[in-house]
Amino acid sequence: MSDTSDKTVNGEIHQRPLSPHIQIYRWTLTMFLSILHRATGVALYAGTLLLVWWLMAAATGPEAFALFQGVAGSWIGRLVLFGYTWALFHHMFGGIKHFIWDTGAGFELSAVEWISRGATVIPILLTLISWVLAYKFMGAF
Amino acid sequence: MSEMRTPLSRVRGLGSAKKGTEHFWLQRVTALANIPLAIFFVSAMVAHAGADYVTVTAFLSRPIVALVMLLLILSMVWHMRLGLQVVIEDYIHGHMAKLLALILNTFFALAIGTSSVLAILKLTLA
Repeated sequence: MSDTSDKTVNGEIHQRPLSPHIQIYRWTLTMFLSILHRATGVALYAGTLLLVWWLMAAATGPEAFALFQGVAGSWIGRLVLFGYTWALFHHMFGGIKHFIWDTGAGFELSAVEWISRGATVIPILLTLISWVLAYKFMGAF
Repeated sequence: MSEMRTPLSRVRGLGSAKKGTEHFWLQRVTALANIPLAIFFVSAMVAHAGADYVTVTAFLSRPIVALVMLLLILSMVWHMRLGLQVVIEDYIHGHMAKLLALILNTFFALAIGTSSVLAILKLTLA
């Protein structure tokens, strides 16, 4: 085990077989959702800082709360909260998808595809509905 | 097979720690709890979009709201700690770096949890 290089006796580089990875596979909805589930989970993790800020601001007093509202109400604040809403719904329906598969059901290829499409589209619709309602409660229309 | 391992390997905690099933189960139980709790939370946020300080604090101080918020925080923080633990174990391979990341994960989850609980209790018990 003294020589660990990949050269053959002729000195040529030995091309060792590599296992396929995401750069190799044709993209499918299921693998895209798998990655998004983890990504939204990590985003929600970081986003709990906003929840704590909101709760702490409310517990601290009117000035602290006004500062939070100023930031959250800015266009970038609303963009982040919109993303957070979608991440929450997306992660939730990704979880529901996993609950279905946990029972051993829905593994036929057609079922996998429909469950995946549902877990993609429903969160987007719920996010839009939530924000339309939020603007309605704000008296925007 | 534990008798096949050296004492040194055992104290280093190599191999299965026999915690996998508990991790999986708690991850799913908190996930299940998070569904109604998160729906409540989003609904509450939507209904209070743009609401002023007095309205929001009055809402949060109601015992039933405070109770659900406490349950949400506990379940969510537990769930996210388990989730990020898996992410760390998947991507961070250096022993010390992984150890540090896992400890920071616990610290972060506890910091988020305790500060949220403190804020909710202050609002509802005031």
